[in-house]
Formats: sequence, C-alpha cells, structure tokens
Amino acid sequence: MDKHIRLEHGSGGVLSRELVEQIIYPALKNAAYPALKDGTDVSCSPSMCMTTDTYVVDPIFFPGGDIGKLAVFGTCNDLAVSGARPQYISLGFIIEEGFPVADLSRVLSSIAEAAGEAGVAVVTGDTKVVGAGKGGGIYINSAGIGEKCFSGDLDPAGLHIGDAVVLSGPVGAHGITVLGAREGLPVGKSLVSDCANLFPLCNELFPFGASLKFLRDATRGGVAAVLNEIVAGLSVGILIRESDIPVSPDVEAAADILGLNALEVANEGVFVAVVSGDAADSAISKLAGHPAGKEASVIGTIVADPAGKVFLETRIGGKRMIDLPRGLLLPRIC
Amino acid sequence: MRLKAEMGINDRYHDRDIAQRLVEEIVELSGKLARQVRFMEVCGTHTVALRRHGIHSLLPPNVKLISGPGCPVCVTPSGYIDNAIRLIEEFDCTVVSFGDMVKVPGAGGGTLAGYLGSGRVRIVYSPSELSALAGVIKGPVVFLAIGFETTVPVVLAGFKKALADNRKNLLLYTAFKTVPAALEFLLADKSHRLDGFLLPGHVSVIIGRLAYAFLEENENVSGVITGFEPVDMLVGIKSLLQLVSNHETRVTNEYKRAVRDAGNPTARAIMDEFLEPYAARWRSIGNIENSGLRLLPRFSDFDAAAVFGLKDEMDTDAPGCLCGSVIQGKVVPSECGLFGTVCTPDRPVGPCMVSSEGTCAAYLKYGA
Repeated sequence: MDKHIRLEHGSGGVLSRELVEQIIYPALKNAAYPALKDGTDVSCSPSMCMTTDTYVVDPIFFPGGDIGKLAVFGTCNDLAVSGARPQYISLGFIIEEGFPVADLSRVLSSIAEAAGEAGVAVVTGDTKVVGAGKGGGIYINSAGIGEKCFSGDLDPAGLHIGDAVVLSGPVGAHGITVLGAREGLPVGKSLVSDCANLFPLCNELFPFGASLKFLRDATRGGVAAVLNEIVAGLSVGILIRESDIPVSPDVEAAADILGLNALEVANEGVFVAVVSGDAADSAISKLAGHPAGKEASVIGTIVADPAGKVFLETRIGGKRMIDLPRGLLLPRIC
Repeated sequence: MRLKAEMGINDRYHDRDIAQRLVEEIVELSGKLARQVRFMEVCGTHTVALRRHGIHSLLPPNVKLISGPGCPVCVTPSGYIDNAIRLIEEFDCTVVSFGDMVKVPGAGGGTLAGYLGSGRVRIVYSPSELSALAGVIKGPVVFLAIGFETTVPVVLAGFKKALADNRKNLLLYTAFKTVPAALEFLLADKSHRLDGFLLPGHVSVIIGRLAYAFLEENENVSGVITGFEPVDMLVGIKSLLQLVSNHETRVTNEYKRAVRDAGNPTARAIMDEFLEPYAARWRSIGNIENSGLRLLPRFSDFDAAAVFGLKDEMDTDAPGCLCGSVIQGKVVPSECGLFGTVCTPDRPVGPCMVSSEGTCAAYLKYGA
C-alpha cells in the first residue's frame, strides 16, 4: 500500500480496490454487515428518521477528537435530537491527493470506535480523490437513519411561559479547542473538544413525553444560535441567567482573551432542551446521572416579553440581548 | 461549573452584591444632580464590556454613556485600506494584519479579505509572529501597524525582534494613534456637552495617569482611569458622578492594580526608540496635531509608506455612512439610516460595524 493517497485511489480501478480492501474494510466491517456494499439491506421500523451532515473540520485531528469521531457522533446527534435512536450510517470520503494513508487509518479507527460506542453500523460508503490543493486533506459526508423512539412534538410553537431552558453540559469547549489548534493559539493545554454521543442523554428525556418540548444540539453558532432559532417569530421570548450557564474556567478564560462569547462558540456534545417548568428538576437529575450530563443546568425560562428575542441577565444583574452570532470567529486586535 | 468555593480574585469584580451597592450609590448621586450627565467611554473595549455586562440597563435614565473614538480600526481612514491593496497589487508585497482590519472596505470598495485565499494577506494574532513570518515569505512583508498605545509597544517588540533576526523584508505601514491627542480634539469642540471621560485602562497601563494631566486644565470635564470588569466600570461611573457633584475637574485612577502615574517605562522606552509624533489623519475628522506615531527617519528603510511612496490616505465614507460622526460621539448608531439594515457585521459598510469593538457592532449585538 502507498504511504499517501494518489488520484488513482479514486479511479475505480486496481488502486481503488486496494484502498477499500486493505484500509477501509478492515477498519469498518462488522459481523452484521461483513461487506460494505454500494447498497445494503437494512431492517426498519414503520417510523424512521433520516439525516445527513458534512464534515470539513480544520485541523482534522484536535484535542478530544478528529473528523472521524465528529462524522459519526455529529450525524448520530442530529438523529437523537430529532427523537430517533441512531442505527445505520453511510460515509462518503473526499480525500485530497497526497493525504497520508496513516492519517486515513487513524480517522477510520476513530470512526469504528465511535460507531461502536453509539451502537450504529456503517453500512455503505464511497471514496473519491481530488487533486492536490483542491481539498482540505479529507472531508466526510455522513448520512444516518434511526428508529423514532420519541413521538412527541418538538416544535417550539408549543412553548409556554414558564417552561425551563435546559443545557446538557458546559459550553464552548469544541469551538475554542479547534480554533486554538487551528491557529496555534496559546490557549489552555487542558482544553479538549466536548465531541460526544448525545443519544443516551436525549433518551433520558424522551420518557418526559409532552413535557419535553424542544431539543437541539448546539453546534455551529453555539447556544446563542439555538436560543434565537427557538423564539424566532414566536410570541414568547427567552431570559437566561449568566450565573447558571456551565462553562469551564479554561474555556471562559480563552474566550475572554480572544474576545469571543462562549455562548456563540460551536459545541459537539451539548444540547439545548426546553421542558415544562414542573419537569425541570427531574430532567436535570436524570441528565446528571450520565458523565456527559453531570453539569446539566436549567439556564433560563420562556418569558412573555420581549417576544421573539433572547435576553441574558448578567452576573451583576444587568440585562442585555443575545443576538444571532454574526461573521466569522476572528479574535479582536487589542 | 463555577462553584462559590472556586471563586477567584477576578470574581470580586463580577460580584453581584458589590455591583448592586455601586448601582445604588450611582442612583443616589445622579438623583441629586437633577440633570442629565454625559460620560464618554473613550475605548472600544469599554464600549463592548459595558454592554456585555448589561451595565446600561442598571444606570438611571439621566446618566448617559456615549461611545468615543477608541476603536483603532474605526478611526483609520478608508484610503489606508486602498494603499494596503496597492502594496499587494502594485508592489508585490505580502500584507500582514490583525483580523478585523481585513474586512473593512476601502474608499474603492475593495477589502483585504479578498486576498486571504491567495496568501497575499495573512492574519496574525500577535506581532510576535512577525519575524518568523518574514523569514518564510519571499519579497516584502508589510505589517498594517494600527492601534493605540496599548498595541504600539507590542508591535514594536515584534518589529525589533525581526530587526535582530536581520529580516530586511519586514516593513511597517504605520497608522498608530494616541488617545490624549484625541481627547484634546474632542474637548476643543465646545458642542461636546460632556461631563467626563471613562479613560481606557489598557492604554493607561502604558502611558500612565499623568499623560492626562492636561484634562485638569479644562473647566468641567474630568477623567477616571477605569478597568474592564463590571465592578471596575461601575466604580469609574460613580467616581465621575462624585467629581461632577463636587464641581471638581480631576484625573483619577480607579484601575490602580494595573496603572501607575508614569505608566510602563519599558513600553514607553521602546516607543521613544522607534517612533516620533506627527499630525495623523483620523477618519472623517482630518489631521489632528501630534495624534499619530510614525517611524523615526532613521528607520525609513522599514517604513512602507516611504519605501513605496504611498499617497496620503484618502478619507471618504460610503454614501449614507455616519461612522465619522459615530466615532466622535455626535450621533448614536441607530441614527444612521444604514444601521442594522444595509450595514451589518456580515456585510459591513463602515468600520464601526466591522470591528468587534466598533460602536455600531456593539450596539447591534447587545441591543443597547
């Protein structure tokens, strides 16, 4: 096997076969699906959920994860917050000519480990190679399907004043870690991405039935984007309390130095849920039973006024708006 | 999660009880004044921090905070961007900049961001990266040296390192500005109706309290050097109100844990070693005497403006853009017809919407 990916590995010929048989199959095949086919029969229940997502993270490897782990958990999390148990995923690789095969193997082994943890089977896939300089090393598209296990309505139109806004864990770790790794910033060495499988946490909330009113993982745009999406166009607003928002001191310090707001930074293992006010305490204690949910907190409330907007009560008791994040994350200059 | 037991020294400056007591004192002081008082926060970092911590929402209605000219990106004339683009197009330079600057449109409408993909424009997070960068880039490398006194010594330290490393290809295109000169200019305009300045903590670390001594000679505008944590800023506002109540005009230091009377001698020495004052051009204001810092003549081989014979910067705002009035505190962003509609951080028209510390960006983001 070559040490670096060549254009011929995507040609459909001998080298394509070699790549698949020597590198990809051995890493990803499992007993139930011994061969990765162009199309694979899967068994389904009457009610299924399907999603797709594409991963282009730079750098490919970062503290706490890599593009492979993201591609599995990211897609699984989209299913989980839609009320479905992830079952099957596909993987489409776009690899840049010259990409080290050893790095590909590392990504594949991380995919296999994450799929094992999430209990999903990789059932089909595809590999393409683009010329040197025309891709960022490796991109992955991943579609997923899963069986619906929550039949309630997760549409924010059903929110009421007094409902509780729940955050499943500390904010900002993924985005700050990746930004730090990409730009070689002198941020805390202990910063680690929060990339995690959210289904077990979501599954704790599904039994709440109609008391669970909204669920969304807070990826790009962070918690700020999700909260704004919840109330956009609604006749209610959200008030959150800064002192109740879990954030690690390292993330807070790094965000402060870089002039960023941890609420606007991407997460890969944190969701926002809205539950009815009387279910809030019970929801938190359920989430806190899991390692990824031990810092779950009620961070705010659905309020009447101002409608369609998100406000923050600051630590000192002041109030200010939380807007949709804008622009790119560029550190301030002074 | 942050537990009380983990409360660090910094948390005292975020303490809700202390903040509430200060707010009560502010309400009491302002109540006795029975008129509106107007304080200008000079610094862009204050503009953002005041809003980020919701301090506006806690102030009585007769205490108005006005944002000043303290965002270096915002006070740089648009022609500076056009000149930076000329450095790339006509003189084959690689331009190195802090992040915000690359998004500002020049008078010709172009931005430096368009060159990021080709590598002709590079963003750095710290000037300490300059020497290494100049070592790996062929041809002239020009750093867009903008900023107030906070940034200047750091840029010069990076430049000095490059000189020591014999990087003859690293040049500076300077548009450094000084805060005291801007304050003198604002005071000279008698229509300002200001009662005091919240003076910038970071700049004051470098230049010291005594650099503002001239303020004590005017009749009714005091200055309080103020830090950036919520309790710092409330103390600054309270101190200004006390001075107004006592009819005193003074410059006081409420950021003593960082600022000394004489500033930072090491930082001031490196500024004196490389730079001289001159009448710099400010966006929409024109030239202000002694308000800029440029390389001394003996470093002219490293002065991009001299080496490439750059024209004096043009200074034109886009039609309808009120950035020039915003940076002087003459209008608030919502008075600009472009604010939040035509002009947003994603598609900025003027620099006050580009910079994260620009007044318009801060007002739009935090809703103040």
